[in-house]
Amino acid sequence: MLKTWRFHGGLRLPAHKNLSAHRPIVNAELPKQLTYPLQQRPGVQLKATVAPGDTVLRGQIIADSDHFLATPLHAASSGTVKSIEDRIIPHPSGLSDPCIIIDTDGHDEALPPEPVEDYRLEPAATLRSKIRQAGIVGLGGAAFPTSIKLNPGPQRHIDTLILNGAECEPYITCDNVLMQAEPDAIVQGALILMHALQVGDGIIAVEDHMTEAFQALSAAIEQSRDRRLTVVKIPALYPTGGEKQLIRVVTGKETPSGGIPADVGVICQNVGTAAAVYNAICRGLPLTERVVTVTGQGLKQQQNMRARIGTPISDLINQCGGYQDSVERLIMGGPMMGFALPEDDIPIVKATNCILAAAGSEVATSKETRPCIRCGDCAKACPVDLLPQQLYWHSRAGNLEKCKEFSLFDCIECGCCEVVCPSQIPLVQYYRAAKSKTIAKAKEAEKAAIAKRRHDFLLERKAREQAERAERSRRKKEALAKLKAAETATEGAE
Amino acid sequence: MKFSTVMSPHLQPVNSVDRVMLQVLLALIPGIAAMTWFFGIGVLINIALAVVVALLAEASILGLRGRPIGSTLKDLSAVVTAVLLAISLPVIAPWWITVVGILFAIVIAKHLYGGLGYNPFNPAMAGYVLLLVSFPMQMTAWLAPIELGSVALNEVDWLKLIFLEQLPANIEFDAITMATPLDSVRTQLGLGRSVPEIKTDSVFGLLAGKGWEWVAGGYLIGGLWLMWRKIIGWQIPVGLLLGLGLFASICYAIDNNQFAAPSFHLVAGATMLGAFFIATDPVTAATSVNGRLIYGLLIGSLVYIIRVWGGYPDAMAFAVLLANLTAPAIDYFTRPRVFGQKA
Ligand code: SF4
Ligand code: SF4
Repeated sequence: MLKTWRFHGGLRLPAHKNLSAHRPIVNAELPKQLTYPLQQRPGVQLKATVAPGDTVLRGQIIADSDHFLATPLHAASSGTVKSIEDRIIPHPSGLSDPCIIIDTDGHDEALPPEPVEDYRLEPAATLRSKIRQAGIVGLGGAAFPTSIKLNPGPQRHIDTLILNGAECEPYITCDNVLMQAEPDAIVQGALILMHALQVGDGIIAVEDHMTEAFQALSAAIEQSRDRRLTVVKIPALYPTGGEKQLIRVVTGKETPSGGIPADVGVICQNVGTAAAVYNAICRGLPLTERVVTVTGQGLKQQQNMRARIGTPISDLINQCGGYQDSVERLIMGGPMMGFALPEDDIPIVKATNCILAAAGSEVATSKETRPCIRCGDCAKACPVDLLPQQLYWHSRAGNLEKCKEFSLFDCIECGCCEVVCPSQIPLVQYYRAAKSKTIAKAKEAEKAAIAKRRHDFLLERKAREQAERAERSRRKKEALAKLKAAETATEGAE
Repeated sequence: MKFSTVMSPHLQPVNSVDRVMLQVLLALIPGIAAMTWFFGIGVLINIALAVVVALLAEASILGLRGRPIGSTLKDLSAVVTAVLLAISLPVIAPWWITVVGILFAIVIAKHLYGGLGYNPFNPAMAGYVLLLVSFPMQMTAWLAPIELGSVALNEVDWLKLIFLEQLPANIEFDAITMATPLDSVRTQLGLGRSVPEIKTDSVFGLLAGKGWEWVAGGYLIGGLWLMWRKIIGWQIPVGLLLGLGLFASICYAIDNNQFAAPSFHLVAGATMLGAFFIATDPVTAATSVNGRLIYGLLIGSLVYIIRVWGGYPDAMAFAVLLANLTAPAIDYFTRPRVFGQKA
């Protein structure tokens, strides 16, 4: 048994995992229509590579961009591109944005897969590019391009790969069931990632209650006969699945503030991502489906579903028997960090690990907010060891300088402070607002700086031109004067 | 289907101010029961009076400040202040003492600073100190505990005593009052007697004053329950008792004729009430975990210093108010190191 470490704070939350943890993964029906938002992450806009009327096959790239944080998007089934139009996208803003709409034809024809014969013979760069071409991003919820993470740069020495199987948010079980159902794909994926990173240590971390997943992975590792990979059980403590927290728990290392895991020699990937890597490299299949936990007391039935990316949430809900009358809120992600959706005619995306249709009794509906009583419970719960109460005062007062002093940007918005706050203050909202204000201000300052530089440059150029002109006319005058003097001299000599 | 969008976290909050305050009130029950047993139902009359006045005062001032009244009264913070002040007062204090103390606590010490959460000083202790400084006679007239054969008063006698300041015809005021144990140690030491001699006086029980010991025990039990329920942390009570105990032990070791035993100090006066219920008021205490330990130690030490060398027999109120002043500084110096940052 590997030694594990602790981080400050954290919460033992009611897990609500039994709703979905012990059922087999159900294959969702092929939807009539698939929807693909072109905005992949804030600020990363893909360009459609298909046009309305085009026919597409499963696995065909339909959008891409050369932005370094972009990964291509693939059609998840065969059909015809119906249109590219604005739809509500799964984003906290609830805004509409351009999406590619595909009408499926029901044949589900796919492009022929192009697997790699033996990944061990391939250089890291080739594997990275294949992983990118397969559209793989972190499936734990962050959706960060995996290929970028696999390329930490030559100045960082990476020694450990950690596969994150710690689903610390309540309700979510998609990784747990995937570990039980496809341990070999995860183990093989881990080995591919280790090869691509050239690291000698791989650790798969699961929460201590995931006995079946632990056994399945142990057996798969046994079978792979690769001694470099181990599974460890870690205590179920929210947010232990947060990247920096997980690294702390598994290795004892603290990722520096503002830094990335690679700074301490670690790369973290979600277990689902590892399976997707295996599918991409060894089976030649791009990322077009994922396991989604569809759960909550607001549903007739809770289950894990393997669904095509782009499937409307309403389809999945229907296949779970529809809503209960008690349904109150529709959340993409978990109840701690997920965001509420305005409606269910929204597609699942690569990052969608959970659809939580929560009944009124499961979520905070009306909070009785009171003044902060300085109880300090928030600070005790903060996994980053911040002083949430101080951050609250300063963010509420709009004192961004002070917020910075109290390390606002180290806040991971885990929500621990807010859940324990007896005054029921919406703390995280204040932090988000202060963060976006700070960012907006920095952008403005940058713009102003650029404008000032341009202005200064213009002034300088004007001054220089003036000086040059003055110099020229001075020289002209001098030359003239010399000429004149010479003339008078010669005249005098004559 | 349409849904409302709310920001995360979506999980229900696990705690509320109302719940915290309610549990503090529940935890006071054993101590109050012991007090009532030993000193009579005057305790309950004072509490009832204090609570009514506090709620009225809070409601009026909320009205004046244009704040919601009903939902704010529900937070029970005014009730906690009222009860804490009421049980700190001498049981036979006349009604106006309670009223003046509560009005000062709620109107000046709490709402003048902005209400719950904004007051730098513990309102109950601010009220107490105001009374002690302004009305020293009424504030030091303590009833003798029933154990010592004091006269038993019935309900009507109590109401008359508190509201009309009248005693039953056959009873003298001096007959029912006596110095508190802390008080008598002080005065008797002043008269040149030694502590072991003084402790043979009838007021003293096993550890401290007769009756008083049980009251302290009641607050201890309630306080431990609060700790177990995680309503209060261990840092402030342990710090306070440790600070007081350490000082007392050192002095006791130096001269046990001049200084009372640590066990006496830990049980006497408002030590237990202060350690678990007054110093732990989150609003006016230090907030960081280490800061709270320091804060507790500071109060404990101050209590001892004021008791032994200061001008007043008990010192909890002064010590807490002084420590309130230092809370911001303590917090500043005990800021935790942020994860991933250098120390
Ligand atoms: S938990 Fe809430 S009430 Fe307590 S200190 Fe933090 S912000 Fe204030
Ligand atoms: S939301 Fe931020 S401040 Fe609150 S507990 Fe999490 S990291 Fe700490």
